Amino acid sequence: MSLRASSPAAAMAVLRRDLLLAARRPGEWLQPLGFFVLVTVLFPLAMDPEPSRLRMVAPAALWVSLLLASLLALEILFREDSRDGTLEQYALSGQSFTALLLAKTATHWLLTGLPMVLVGPLAALSLAAPAAAVPGIALALFLGSLSLSLIGAIGAGLTLGTRRGGALLSLLVLPLVAPVLIFGARATAWAIAGEEAAGALYLLGAMGVLALTLAPLAAAAAVRISME
Amino acid sequence: MSWTWFHRFGSPPYFYRFAGRWAPWFLGFATMLLLVGLYGALVSAPVDYYQSEVYRIIYVHVPSSYLALMSYTWMAVAAAVGLIWRIKVAHAVAAACAPAGASFTVVSLVTGMIWGEPTWGTWWTWDPRLVSQLFVLFFFLGYIALRGAIEDRERADRTSAVLAIVGVVNVPIVHWSVTWWNSLHQAPTLMRADGPSMPMSMLWPLLVMILAYTFYFIALMLMRARAEVLRRERGGTWLREELSDEEKE
Repeated sequence: MSLRASSPAAAMAVLRRDLLLAARRPGEWLQPLGFFVLVTVLFPLAMDPEPSRLRMVAPAALWVSLLLASLLALEILFREDSRDGTLEQYALSGQSFTALLLAKTATHWLLTGLPMVLVGPLAALSLAAPAAAVPGIALALFLGSLSLSLIGAIGAGLTLGTRRGGALLSLLVLPLVAPVLIFGARATAWAIAGEEAAGALYLLGAMGVLALTLAPLAAAAAVRISME
Repeated sequence: MSWTWFHRFGSPPYFYRFAGRWAPWFLGFATMLLLVGLYGALVSAPVDYYQSEVYRIIYVHVPSSYLALMSYTWMAVAAAVGLIWRIKVAHAVAAACAPAGASFTVVSLVTGMIWGEPTWGTWWTWDPRLVSQLFVLFFFLGYIALRGAIEDRERADRTSAVLAIVGVVNVPIVHWSVTWWNSLHQAPTLMRADGPSMPMSMLWPLLVMILAYTFYFIALMLMRARAEVLRRERGGTWLREELSDEEKE
């Protein structure tokens, strides 16, 4: 038993491996970010780009784009590792499967969620949000994107065994993450209007904590079943 | 307390016979109660002072909304039982709840719209109660779609069970949405701490209708689950014997 690494060490190894793999193949995880930026750019083109109006739709544009982009990113969360049998090795490793998948989800957030958190405020500025709103928007995107990755991992696990995963994934995940959209967009709108956004941010944080405690268990159960 | 009575339901032959015997009874009760309830709702209940005749849609709207949540809860409980104790019949029951629940949700939403137009002046509003009920429908549709997308039956059972359990988070949100948020939808009339806020003449048809809907749901669920068991066990010897016995009768 002394050969076996402790659970945190094993999770760190998964995290390091996934980051290394992503560094060798940067195209795939940059695509959702590109999608996110492009969709936010489409909004001013589709409407009268008058700043006061842009400012009004900015929260909706930002959060709908974030949701769609993170859905797109979810498709690659478990796909490769399921195809080449890595996930089965994880399940057989004797380590906590939940911890290993949580490490995978965390890496996935670092690669796809974090870039959107960093670029999101810029997109908000391009939608005529005032510079003073940037900290609030960044914090809302940070808390929201964490929940999106954690809850989304459940959907990614559930659709792992299906052939046409994409549309089904959105049907399963979007109803679950609707509260994140509601409070994220509200916090963003308050930040843009120069009001106190703490209330919505607290709720986003609470949802993040709830997702962190429960979602990994459901995701691990879903992935395990799809491998049977 | 002995649990052997419960374990018997896990056996497909027992459940098949049980469902076949009881489904017609539940359907019969439901029809009788429905007739009584409809008489109460359409004839004997007095006209409402504020809403005049329009309020009578409550006798369809409230039972179907109640059953929408009820069938979701049943589906999740059955799915959890199937997942934890690996009981196939429980999965068949969960699968049988979904189409019925989705239909109840659609009826609840549509009757709500028909009621909303004359009383609120709009067919739809982005109100927490309405939106969360709409998401119940999406959960049902997602559940049905997920089952359909997985070919292996056992895996479809277990995967969709995880989804059903995860989706339970929405049930309390729908139930308390009118209490938590200041909503256009009226506050609960029945489930109140100080008792129902309705005169008895209007209340009893509503309770009878809810009971009728519940029986109808149980009958529907038993019939669908029985058909599901039939489909799964089509190669089983007990089923062949059972069917030949039925023919003799």
